[in-house]
Amino acid sequence: MNIWSKVSPSEKSKYIYRIARLMQERARELAIIETLDSGKVIRESRDIDIPLACNHFFYYAGWTDKLQYAFPNKKVSPLGVVGQIIPWNFPLLMAAWKIAPALAAGNTVVLKPAETTSLTALKLAEIIRDSGLPDGVVNIVTGYGDTGAELVNHYDINKIAFTGSTTVGKIIQKSISGSDKKVTLELGGKSANIILEDAPIDQAVEGIINGIFFNQGHVCCAGSRLFVQESIYDIIIKKLKRRIDKLIIGDPLDKNTDIGAINSKEQLNTINNYINIGKSEGSKIFQSSYKLPNKGYYCAPTIFTDVSQSNRIFQEEIFGPVLTIQTFRTIDEVIKKANNSPYGLAAGVWSDKGSRVFNLSSKLRAGVVWANTYNKFDPTSPFGGYKESGFGREGGLHGLSPYINLK
Amino acid sequence: MERLKILKTYKIYIGGSFPRTESGRYYQPVNHKGDKLGNICQSSRKDIRNSVVEARKAFSVWSEKSNFNRGQILYRIAEMLEGRKSQFVDELIFQSLSKSNAEKEVNLSIDRLIYYAGWCDKYSQVLDSVNPVASSHFNFSINEPTGVVGLIADQNTSLIGLVSLLAPIIVGGNTCVVIASENLPLSAITFAEVLNSSDVPAGVVNIITGFLDELIKPLTTHMDINSIAYSGKSEKIKKQLKESSALNLKRINVYSRDWIKPVSQDLYLISDFQEIKTTWHPIENIGGSSSQY
Repeated sequence: MNIWSKVSPSEKSKYIYRIARLMQERARELAIIETLDSGKVIRESRDIDIPLACNHFFYYAGWTDKLQYAFPNKKVSPLGVVGQIIPWNFPLLMAAWKIAPALAAGNTVVLKPAETTSLTALKLAEIIRDSGLPDGVVNIVTGYGDTGAELVNHYDINKIAFTGSTTVGKIIQKSISGSDKKVTLELGGKSANIILEDAPIDQAVEGIINGIFFNQGHVCCAGSRLFVQESIYDIIIKKLKRRIDKLIIGDPLDKNTDIGAINSKEQLNTINNYINIGKSEGSKIFQSSYKLPNKGYYCAPTIFTDVSQSNRIFQEEIFGPVLTIQTFRTIDEVIKKANNSPYGLAAGVWSDKGSRVFNLSSKLRAGVVWANTYNKFDPTSPFGGYKESGFGREGGLHGLSPYINLK
Repeated sequence: MERLKILKTYKIYIGGSFPRTESGRYYQPVNHKGDKLGNICQSSRKDIRNSVVEARKAFSVWSEKSNFNRGQILYRIAEMLEGRKSQFVDELIFQSLSKSNAEKEVNLSIDRLIYYAGWCDKYSQVLDSVNPVASSHFNFSINEPTGVVGLIADQNTSLIGLVSLLAPIIVGGNTCVVIASENLPLSAITFAEVLNSSDVPAGVVNIITGFLDELIKPLTTHMDINSIAYSGKSEKIKKQLKESSALNLKRINVYSRDWIKPVSQDLYLISDFQEIKTTWHPIENIGGSSSQY
């Protein structure tokens, strides 16, 4: 902190730009490592994870010497040392989301990647070293949950930023209650994806697929609760099943693959357990008939129909390629159903009518609303949840405030 | 012989009416001279729960009002307070303040309400954003109210501490359950009478009196409260707030400001009780894309 705080804002900015550039130079290498390590398909790590991670550093690099414009009438200062703990679903991207704004705001960082996906974070450490960033400004420590707990409870940490499950988020908030540490939490979700009867059907079906099967459903904002208006239910389900059957499941390194591997054996067990719960709760199951590879952790894309509001598969986050579907008749009904969740991370709305889209988008209690699209991300676009999906935003101008003091 | 002063009963304010506490208990705080301030409701957990129900009911009514309209109502509160200034000054004096300090506090409270009334239809223009995403989407972020806020009002002042946090909370469309100052509760309840005659919909503000020790827990553990505001310095209370808020991840905002200072008001007290919602919509790039005007 002593060294970093003496570097002028414009010089800090140049360091962060350097990191962004070096990541771009090594983008292909990073994409392959990410896919090998996490099981996500190469198409996604190459076209989404890695470019977004680079662009995040590019975006925040420019804020470093402009912070006084972001918070009118206030003096901005860094918090100090921030501890950051990230999940395994978007390993490098989450590291970028955490480190870039923290550095831009003048903080120093200790980051712990997830135990199953530490490789790209360590590559990033190499890149950061190569960028010439002063020693100690960014520190990356691998380990299990107990390492994370050490970080959270360390007396000399000023702030904790955590992305992961709501259960762990609550433990973190509780364990720092006796201190003045600041905290931001980006936690779980059970996001509603709502298809109105006037929606463009084929695009909506693609949106449903992208909403739930992107990254094997290992997405906190996955559109895992689908609401389809009754009048178009049959056609949507028919097209959805046909589309699911065409998804290619298998080798994550093959660029034709749509659905890669489940991140770990534990996660596969969790997902399979939920699929069994769904069956025993009486919901109807449909799974892709695509032949899964014999080796590795794979899960067929799965949808459940005849699901009721109180079913566990409808209430709890599964974090896998499992979609639950309900119908609705009126807009009021779907708003009530969609908001009936302790979570509030994201939502999707599909309709060709602007006034309807805005009615829903303003009444849904969620931090991100995708209208006629789903699972889009951008460094300039704030991301984060309402209610038990956590608090604080990442991305955009609003993503700076968790890392600064205002005076 | 001196006329016998009336020892007034101050009732709590829930859902736009003034019930006694459900528990049927009362207490009698005293001023610096040892005079009893009145019969004050010693509210219970049940009163908190009733208030939250009312605040939740009022949330959609209040948050869906136009910002302009909320500004009008805030301004109306200030007008009503101005009209009853002398009553508030007398009550503050009765609660041990000097005349000049009492007048200062009431004037400042009125001015603070006017200040926030003005923010009502402006804060979003300063705090919201349109985000230049790299893909072909229209993307914008707006501030929306967090929901039901539990406010543990400043214990050292009777009026200004309450007004200084209540105003930014409700300006942003939240509804509120207030625990008033335990030993200086008079102005909070009289302020409830002002709210009740100022077009503020029932349930938007609910004000409870009683013992902090007893009331904090039901407030902070309530699963339908989204955020807690605490004005004070007690480490014990801060720890308790943070610990129990983990239950449903309430947003905790702790303030240790001197509310009498003019600088103790700003835009960021409004944004402390807001959530950012980001909306995406595709832009169809057909036709007109290379328009030369």
